[in-house]
Amino acid sequence: MTRSTDETTKGIEHRGRPWLRLLPAVLPLAFLLLFYFYPLSSILSLSLAPEGELSLAPLAELIESPRYLRVAWFTTWQAAVSTLLTTALALPAAYVFARYQFPGKSIIQALTTVPFVLPTMVVSMAFTAFLGPRGAVNRVLMALLGLDRPPLDLQHTLAIILLAHVFYNYTLVVRIVGTYWSNINPHLEEAARVLGSGRWQAFRKITLPLLKPAIGAAALLIFIFCFTSFGVILVLGGPRFATLEVAIYRQTVHYLNQPLAAALSLIQIGFTFGLMVAYTRLQSHQRPVERQSRRATQRPPVHLGERAIVWGSLILILALLALPLAALVLRSLTSGAEGFPTLTFYRQLFENPRNSVFYVPPIAAVRNSISFALATTVLSVTLGLMAATVLDGHARRSAQPASPLRRLLDPIFMLPLGTSAVTLGLGYIVTLDEPPLNLRTSPLLIVLAHTLVALPFVVRSVLPALRSIDPRLREAARMLGASPWQIWREIDLPIVARAVLVGAVFAFTVSMGEFGATSLIARPERPTLPVAIYRLMSRPGATNYGQALAMSTLLMLVCAVSFIAIERFRVGEIGAF
Amino acid sequence: MSSRNRFLFIITLAATVALGACGPATPAATEPPAATATPEPTMSPEPQVLNVMTHDSFDISEETLAAFEEVHNARVQILASGDAGVMLNQAILSKENPLADVIYGVDNTLLGQALEAGILQPYDSPMLEAIPDELAIDPQNRALPVDYGNVCLNYDKGWFAEREIEPPANLEDLTEPAYEGLSVVENPATSSPGLAFLLATIGRFGEEGDYTYLDYWSDLRENDVLVTEGWSEAYWTYFTYGSGGEGDRPIVVSYASSPPVEVQFAEEPFDEAPTAAITADETCFRQIEFVGLLQGTQQTELAQAWIDFMLSETFQEDIPLHMFVFPANENAELPEVFEEFAVVPENPVQTPYDTIQANREAWVEAWTETFLR
Repeated sequence: MTRSTDETTKGIEHRGRPWLRLLPAVLPLAFLLLFYFYPLSSILSLSLAPEGELSLAPLAELIESPRYLRVAWFTTWQAAVSTLLTTALALPAAYVFARYQFPGKSIIQALTTVPFVLPTMVVSMAFTAFLGPRGAVNRVLMALLGLDRPPLDLQHTLAIILLAHVFYNYTLVVRIVGTYWSNINPHLEEAARVLGSGRWQAFRKITLPLLKPAIGAAALLIFIFCFTSFGVILVLGGPRFATLEVAIYRQTVHYLNQPLAAALSLIQIGFTFGLMVAYTRLQSHQRPVERQSRRATQRPPVHLGERAIVWGSLILILALLALPLAALVLRSLTSGAEGFPTLTFYRQLFENPRNSVFYVPPIAAVRNSISFALATTVLSVTLGLMAATVLDGHARRSAQPASPLRRLLDPIFMLPLGTSAVTLGLGYIVTLDEPPLNLRTSPLLIVLAHTLVALPFVVRSVLPALRSIDPRLREAARMLGASPWQIWREIDLPIVARAVLVGAVFAFTVSMGEFGATSLIARPERPTLPVAIYRLMSRPGATNYGQALAMSTLLMLVCAVSFIAIERFRVGEIGAF
Repeated sequence: MSSRNRFLFIITLAATVALGACGPATPAATEPPAATATPEPTMSPEPQVLNVMTHDSFDISEETLAAFEEVHNARVQILASGDAGVMLNQAILSKENPLADVIYGVDNTLLGQALEAGILQPYDSPMLEAIPDELAIDPQNRALPVDYGNVCLNYDKGWFAEREIEPPANLEDLTEPAYEGLSVVENPATSSPGLAFLLATIGRFGEEGDYTYLDYWSDLRENDVLVTEGWSEAYWTYFTYGSGGEGDRPIVVSYASSPPVEVQFAEEPFDEAPTAAITADETCFRQIEFVGLLQGTQQTELAQAWIDFMLSETFQEDIPLHMFVFPANENAELPEVFEEFAVVPENPVQTPYDTIQANREAWVEAWTETFLR
């Protein structure tokens, strides 16, 4: 960027209303300060300094303990392997969704996101039905190979942890990278091929460098998600595996050892923060991309090779994501050991034979879930757009490296994702207890907690798109007398609209499926779908189990329909890209 | 309306709808049923709100709750607060400014912690007369027993009958070669029935002598016993009956009340329970759940009335089919399915709560060292 651009920017800024310009920076920061840093620092200081005197002994004890070093090491490398595996397996699908049109595309894309909302217990059942000792895969293998014992034993192994992480996070790559990819002009790669480079070389030299920001964003989210993995490790991994998050949970809930839990939380936060600082430095130099509307970059697959990659990706999605889900749906429609098809469980969802206070009609659970998810989406997209604009502005306005303070801003927005839910939940209990913020038992607290987790998804989805905008576009608008607000509205917003919708899908999803944090908040009964599923699964009885599966199917259905609806969201030109 | 104004309009509208839907307005789920929805405004028009903190498994019928609310012109707000450990943690951390007036669901494995933290105040409820002394274990009545249940081994009757194998009869049997790879238990570090089962083995085999509970667990490990994180996973994923044949373990740690619950919630009516609990002496651990008056409540009288109500027959008779445990009040009648199918162990392990409090962490650590490493 040239010096003259800089001066022009300054000139415009001085004329603008300063409070309006500060708003996008102030609002998201105020939100974090109030609902993240304040509760977190209170619970940490309460735990580490119960009598008012800070004791760092638990922290020192941890650093010297070989056991917790092992836990920290396992946490890190399983997250790294999960990230690599997910990215590698999902990149071909991202390409397919970016470049080709085929029938059923939007439904398949919605399907890839469904795993993201499922409670771990439900996924555990799906995996057992599919991969367990008597699951479909083992039965087929036994019949094919004439074995009398199941050949695959994945229960409580590292393999099933990794597989579950791929299952959950596949969609992050497909959506974030796929959407970004779809806006890259395919002529660039074609030109390289005309000039004599091979397909692989053209991809490696042209497309991959352009995709880096989006791949980096998706990989970072996956890494942090797996780094703080909890349910998958506990339920599918079994008692021999532990991440830091699992250790924090155990210390808090089962030993009520608050000082040790706080020390572990600090280590977890410190690690994710360090990682994000490193990531931010790597990502700050991004080149603008010549953008194309998706209509110009997508077409049906024609050649044999193209068909092969489309079909290959779809088969992988089918095997990895769709079959375990189908196993669940099938079970919810099957009665008893004889395997008769039945709708009994669905009918029973509508009955309350013992007049339980906590009976929740499925429609009410759907409504509760959607209300929380919509509120979360609106709040996190609003704050996330502001945050992304501010973060992008810092990179854009000067050729000099960002000041240390600015460099910290990006990682700070990501922090909630790397923070233990149980620690933050207890933080709310000790802080938000006085008017005007007496929110401890308010449903609003659930929306705020969900928004904290959703915000990083919105920022990471939007930021690469925002940074890819050619500065000359904005410059031209500025020359023609447009105000910063007009430029944002007329240029930035329409171009990043697709990415905003991706962020919105994830915000919605985070809220629909989130059970961990909300289960740690004292809440008046307003059960969401995951809470209702959890209730049904916490008691014996075949019909309770059947109803839990029926409710899970309902959750999947509601989510899939919502994703398609969000993707179709169009207002004027917004969303056309 | 231009396109961008419409965009802003829709965002604003969506925000209003979404936030409105989450506001404190009455949701359908907590609306009282039509029959009880119109209490006559004879007393003070504003009902007092009573906050009751519970674990997530709390449940009761609408009629029972309405009966209390009507008599006392109160609105009972139940705060579901995670599992019992999370709930207790919240109560301890909010001691200075309590979240609720009453706490229900602390059990005898956590009672020591609750009493030590000083979050409860004594209340000599007149209803204690109907409650056996062996359940009322806090001499100062800061914690009053509401219900109890026994954590026992359960087995899949059909699985054993089909193979003509004798089902196990006690804890020792699980180490026999005949039962190799057949049992699934829960991790005592993460699960409440898991901890209860560990306490049962400690009660049975002791910590000293030739054969301690740790020796027993080494033998269980040799015999390929599977450990899961929690009850749901053990029961629904690995237990042959619970998983509809997909799991491969016909023996599971569950509750003595699980067999009648299986009958109650069966797809087809049963003549006998499909599963059975092993209730021999010293194979089960008795869990007692308590209610207590929280320090700092502004509603002492109403809260005491609620505690009396929880111990009364109206509430107690509602317990078995809503929470699947046994009422503490001796005068409460059991539902038919419990009378017919539930077996109550005569001599379960009953470890004093202060012994549990003093040793819990060390026991679980020792178990972890023995069984998982």
